[in-house]
Formats: sequence, structure tokens, C-alpha cells
Amino acid sequence: MNTVFKKSTAGREGVWPAEPKSSPADLLPAGLLRQTGAGLPSLSELDVVRHFTGLSKRNYGVDGNFYPLGSCTMKYNPKFAETVAALPGFTRLHPVLPQLGGAGRLCQGALEVMYETERLLCELCGMEAFTLHPMAGAHGELTGVMIIAAYHKDKGNKKTKIIVPDSAHGTNPASAAIAGFEVVNLPSKDGIVDPEELAKVLDDSVAGMMMTCPNTLGLFEKNLPKIVEMLRSVDALLYYDGANLNAIMGKMRVGDAGFDVVHLNLHKTFATPHGGGGPGSGPVGVSQRLVPYLPISRVEKLEDGQFFLNYDFPKSIGYVAPFYGNFGVVLKAYAYILRLGGAGLTRATECAVLAANYLRKRLDKTLEVPFDRVCMHEFVASACNLGECHVRALDIAKALLDRGYHAPTIYFPLIVKEALMFEPTETESLDTLDQFADDLIDIIEKSKADPAYATGAPRTLPVTRLDETRAARSMELTDDL
Amino acid sequence: MPYVPHTPEDIRRMLEVIGAPDVASLFDEIPAALRPKSFALPAGKSEMDVLAHMETLANKNTCGQVSFLGAGFYDHHIPAAVDALSMRSEFYTAYTPYQPEASQGTLQAIFEYQTAVTRLTGLAYANASVYDGGSALFEAAMMAVRHTNRRKLIVCEAVSPIYRVMLASYTSNLHLTLVTIPHKNGCCDLGALQNALDADTAAVIVQNPNFFGTIADFTALFDAARAAGVVSVMSVYPVLQSVLKSPGEMGADVAVAEGQSLGLPLSFGGPYLGVMTCNKALVRQMPGRMVGRTVDGEGRTGFVLTLQAREQHIRRQKATSNICSNQALCALRALLYLCLVGQEGLTRTAGLCIERAHYAAGRLTAIDGVTLLSGSAPFGNEFALSLPVNAYQVIDKLTARGYVPGFPLGRYYPGLENALLVACTEKTTNEQIGIFAEMLRGVLA
Repeated sequence: MNTVFKKSTAGREGVWPAEPKSSPADLLPAGLLRQTGAGLPSLSELDVVRHFTGLSKRNYGVDGNFYPLGSCTMKYNPKFAETVAALPGFTRLHPVLPQLGGAGRLCQGALEVMYETERLLCELCGMEAFTLHPMAGAHGELTGVMIIAAYHKDKGNKKTKIIVPDSAHGTNPASAAIAGFEVVNLPSKDGIVDPEELAKVLDDSVAGMMMTCPNTLGLFEKNLPKIVEMLRSVDALLYYDGANLNAIMGKMRVGDAGFDVVHLNLHKTFATPHGGGGPGSGPVGVSQRLVPYLPISRVEKLEDGQFFLNYDFPKSIGYVAPFYGNFGVVLKAYAYILRLGGAGLTRATECAVLAANYLRKRLDKTLEVPFDRVCMHEFVASACNLGECHVRALDIAKALLDRGYHAPTIYFPLIVKEALMFEPTETESLDTLDQFADDLIDIIEKSKADPAYATGAPRTLPVTRLDETRAARSMELTDDL
Repeated sequence: MPYVPHTPEDIRRMLEVIGAPDVASLFDEIPAALRPKSFALPAGKSEMDVLAHMETLANKNTCGQVSFLGAGFYDHHIPAAVDALSMRSEFYTAYTPYQPEASQGTLQAIFEYQTAVTRLTGLAYANASVYDGGSALFEAAMMAVRHTNRRKLIVCEAVSPIYRVMLASYTSNLHLTLVTIPHKNGCCDLGALQNALDADTAAVIVQNPNFFGTIADFTALFDAARAAGVVSVMSVYPVLQSVLKSPGEMGADVAVAEGQSLGLPLSFGGPYLGVMTCNKALVRQMPGRMVGRTVDGEGRTGFVLTLQAREQHIRRQKATSNICSNQALCALRALLYLCLVGQEGLTRTAGLCIERAHYAAGRLTAIDGVTLLSGSAPFGNEFALSLPVNAYQVIDKLTARGYVPGFPLGRYYPGLENALLVACTEKTTNEQIGIFAEMLRGVLA
């Protein structure tokens, strides 16, 4: 499809406001004004509607396609949550209102949503307090690691390192580095963290360790109690990457298990849509001893039931967001939690784990499953056994696209070769899981007979495989380059 | 259970295939010691009941006021088609476009967004966006640190204090020096900024219009910065970029913006949009996602995420940033907004904002004792008033009467307790401005 800029026709009227009576040149010195126009397109409303409706048809989304993308928890996003986030009483609220002194009374409903969401997340995770400010999972990680840094600084500890297992998301080491720490990579054994390996890298210079549990192989870290004990012995803090929280709701609480910091991905576990890559929301929960370091501001409830924002936390890490995080996303997650309740969230976890294990059993005779035991909400298979017919994980992924499925996550985690990571989620029916398994098995059968079946895929989409090397070399990042 | 489709019969069949006696047994690996000590969440509710509850909460907010609040976040008209198109579920229920063949819609939209924002700032390259304007400013500073291998950041005090406090938090563990150059009556002190540039300086960071609303030409400062090997970073207000001299025209290296004003509701602080653009020399330091144009096997044009070698899944702790997402849906909304209003619509919008603000400044400074903090300095859609009383007093009195008159600058600038920051948009009417002026005259009398 041509870009929207190529469809521009000079003089065509869009959604214009009334014409001003003056020109900026009448009110501002000429030297402060642009010499030439900004080059935005001139289109009718229908031109724009056609163009973007056309683009939308060139996308897979959860509403139209099963999306078993491992580690991303692509569950169905209930429609009523969008209705909630679009209520004018929320969308029209200016974020500085609470800074206007008595005007905090103008946004009591919004403050109550924040307060109640924090309380619900605390109970769900067994943490002492939450902040809703981080605007994505990786942002939550950064906030969490900054809190760890502030804790040690305050105690006068000289800590320079953060341990990250090799099965962790790539953002974990990046977040630790941005917060000023040296990253120590920890190799796993049998797919999980091994206390003996941990002992080799653990010393007084370790500030903390970042864990994903269940980890990115979908395996529960059963040495967790031992790991907690080891870290405590050197006053190192344990960080829980909540990317996989959908596996444990109602079954384990992060705080009870001994974690000091946790970030959640509201856009995964709590069904807020991913929006093609954002906005997300990555609230951070902490244990009692880390509460003083949470970001500013924090919502509090007065005895008379009124809510207000407290900005007075001298030990805080400061501000990680301009205001209170992605409030519009928090609204959707809050509504989702209220809708499901404790029993519904537990049921979501149970059925997510059930579906993952079912799909694992349906596929483990066709694909290699390196750790073929009970998994949690996702599992990792490998396409290594297809190597002799020259079919790779990437090819299987592309062939699935032709059948109308989004592909699983591929080539992650890095510790499994030719990895295919499946996370079906609790919202997909048995029929969908069966049809998917049948299709995947059929693809593999056909590819074994004729590798071109997979290596030539996809064939039914607007484009076939794209030349990524050329994109990186030519760097055409805009229509003008 | 809502949204979980499995019937008891489905569950029985699934367990049989798995070879597990019951669902509980799937969680056997979680030791008893790690089981929840409490899980006292409320019982679930029907959709109707949750909606009713949320409407009650929404109604506890008061949104009917006439508002002159801005401070970097503005209430502009959002064309209806922005909502209609961005709410197509093919866009909003998609994930990050890791499978490009099944994500051409998202990818092309981001490519077009990148094009639109580079045209606004006049710099050649853009990323797919970051969280918000403040994160964008921090990331721009870090681009400069990596590019120059220097560790001092010079920041004008008239850059939004909301962003400067974020910059202070983010840089606190990174062994960077932040030098803040005081503003002069709400204007950037160009001479002092220029004098502060030295061989240790990574970046000079300014904002236009600045937090006080005043507008300047930074060309000479950026020339001096280039001569000193310093990266010039400029934060802008995208709506006014349709008429104001662009960062590119002034010679900036990196331009960032809060994109909220482009089709995103205020929504109490988010989700917003961090716009980032830069020139060619800095593009490999750009964090986050970028979409590039390429071709498929048949020579057809297509779009992919590109330059991923900078990112965490490959570089891990050596990545340019820990940011691995963008605000794709917000970027889509900004693109839709810019396409719907178009060149003429955005120019008119900027013109109306400036015109209304100048009308308001005239009406308000006609009141005895009320002056412009920055005197005759040029301003756009926002300006700072010097009042004869504490700004909070005025805010309290007018807010009680349905008018939120502006933002109290004393909150961030000690000594400016009597200063009020007033913003207008194309939605502000001259009649509202008149009533505001009469109310202010009344409370000051």
C-alpha cells in the first residue's frame, strides 16, 4: 500500500478548526517562525479512514487470530474495559489537578481507583505497597532495580552487582545496567537456577538477583526457598519479574515466597490490550523494608475517606514518570480484577496452566520438548529435530501465519536451540487448541515431505519474507529517506 | 467464569491427555511453604455491576470546569475518527510486530508516524516512540552521553520541571553531572547556557516554548555547542511545530516531544507518547524500536523492525536502553490526528492557540497589578502572569466557581509564588477568557 503521504492532494479539507483571525506572523517575530510548512498531508476524512482501515486488515490481532506468543500472555481483552477507560470522567482529567492545593478534591474518583488498585495488587502478590508509575514492564524493572540501589545506598552497603539467570528476559540485564549495576550472568541447570552455581557468584558485592518464576522455559523454580536464604545471607534483594504472573495467581504470592521487589505487566496478566507494542503498564510492588524508596508521589487515604497524593518521601528514588503512570491502562486492569475477583483470577491461572500442558502433550511427539515435564503457563519446544530436513523454527512460524495463527515466540529463551515458545492462555477454547495442534502437526508432516512447504511460507499474506538486511543497510526510516 | 471457555467436560478431556488426575496436581511443584498466606480478594462481579461502579468513580471526578491548565499537557480537540480507527481491534489487540508479514498494518503506521514527526521537527530520523516526553528527554541525554563519551549535562531551568525531576532520578546512579542554568524571568538565559559549554559537556538541553511559554531562537547556542562538540537537545510542543522554527532549522541534533497534544486525551497522566527524532550522526545511538522500509522476495515494498542489534534481546546489558516497547497505539493516534487535521488543520490549530493566548494575556494584564512575568518576550499558547497575591489563593477561589485559572509556578520555582501559568487551546473561547478576566478582577479587587 502507498504511504498516506503519497495520497495527499493539495487543498483537500480534513478535520479543520475555524480559521484564526490573525496569522502567527502578526503576533510573533518572523525569526521564530518556520520557513516552510511541515509537510503534513492534505486528506479528506474518508481518505484517512480508507487508508487506515486498509492498514488494519494487514495485521493479526487477538480478536481475529489465535496468538500463542510465549511470554507475552496474549489473552482476550474484554471489551467493557475499553468502555471504562473511555469514560469522560477519566479521560478529561488534567494530570496536574492534584498539585493545585485544594483541587485534589476534583479528582477523588481517579485517586480512589489508584488507591484501590494498589491495595488489590498488594493482596494478590503479598507485598506491602505498590506504585503504579512505571509505564511498561521494562520500566518497572528499572524502577525496581533503582529501589534496590536506593536501599543499599541508604544502608551504607557497597553493592555493585546484580545477578541475572541466563533464562531471563534480555531487558533484565539492560535494566540493571541502566540503573548503574554490573550484570553477572548465571547459567541454569536442568532449566532452572542451581544453588551451587549461584554460590559461585554470590558474595557481599551482590545487590540483588532478578528472577522470573516460573522462568522463561515455563518451569517452576523449585529451589526458590534455598535461593531466598542464600541471598538474605549477604543482604541481597530478590527481584520478581512478573512477566509470568499468569501462572501463579492464587497459587503462590511473590511476597510470601520471599521476594522484595516485583513488577507486574498489566498488559499481560490483567488483559489490557498490547496495542501493537504499547502502551503497557508495569506497577512495582515492594516488601515493608523497601517502602521508603518507592517513587514519588504516593496516593494515601485520610481518616475522613478522602484521598490525596503525598509527595514527601525524602528517601524516595524520585520520579520515574511525569505523573502516575499509564492511568488509562490501570483503569482497564482494575476493572478486569473486579470483574474476575479472587476466584476468577485463580481460575484464569489454573486454565492457563491446563491449556499449556494440554498443548505440550499434543505436540511433544512431533516437536522436541527439551524439558518435557509438567510446565506452568507456557512451554518451550525445539525445532532441532527438523534440522535434517532443513526446516527451522522460523519456517514453522511462517507456515503458521499462513494458517491464520500468530506464531509462537521463536529463538527465545536463548538457552534452547531453535526454540518455539508456546503460551496458549486460559481464554482459548479446547477446539482452538485442537485445531492449532492439528495444523501444526500437519505443517511439520508436509515440511518433512517437502521443506519448501515451510521455507517458502508465508504465501497468503500481503508480503512474503522481507529483506531485513537491506532494511538495516538502507536505513529508510521515513518516507523522505 | 468470565473469559475462560473450558467446560468441566473439556477439563476432563484435557487432564486425560496430560495424564494428570486433577488441575491442582499441575501445581504440585510449588512447595507448601510457598503457598499464599492470604488471598482475600473480593468476589467477582457482573459486567453491569463493574461498569456501574466505574461510572460512580468517574462521576466523583469533576471535569466540567473551564480550564486554563497546560504545563506541557493540553486539552485539544480530538477528531472522532481518531477513536474510531485506533479502536479497530486489528491494531489494539496486536502484539509488537515481531512477525512482520502478519504485522504490516502496525509497521507501516509506525513508519508513517516516524515520517510525520521528522517533518514536524525537521530532523531526518525518528524512533517508534518511547513512554512519554520525560523519558524521551532522558533517553536523548543518554544518546549524547554515549555519542560524546562525556558525562556533564547542561539543562536550562526553563525546561519543564516535571521532566527535570525525572532526569535527576534516572541519572542518579549513572555518575553524570547535571548543571542547571537559571532562567531569567521565564526566559532561557542563552548567554549563560553558552558560557557553560565546555569539553566535559555531553549535551545542552533546552525547551521551546519553554515551561513558562516563552519562545526563543537557539540557533546561535546550537552553533556554539557544535563547535564545542556538544550535542544539542531540544524539547518541543508538537502542535506549535506547524508554525514555529523547527529544531532542524535551528541546528539541533536531537529533538524530543510529549506527543499527548496529538490526539491523546489527558487521562490523568497517561498513556502518553514520547516522540524522539535526531540527525544522521546520532541515529545509531537512538534507543527503542525503529521501523524501516524494505522489500520482500517478490520485490514488493514492506516494513520491518530494524537496527535491532542495538536492542536488549541481542545486546542484553550492552543495549542502548532497557526500553523494549514503544507506545505503538499512542503513536498510531498521533499519526491519525496529524493526517486528519493535515497541514492546514494543524497550522490553524496552532494559530488559534496563539491567538487566544494573546487575547487572554491582553485581557488579564489589563487588570491592575497583573503583568506578564516575562515582559515583552514572545510566547505561544501559554504565558506566565505575575499576580499581586499568591497564585494558590486565586486558584482556590476561581476553581470553586468552575474556572481552573492555571498552574501555580511557585510549586517548582521558589520565589515565583505569585506567578500563574495560563494556557489556551483552540477549545478556549473568547467568552470564557472574558469571564476569567472578570473573575480575576473580582478576586483581586
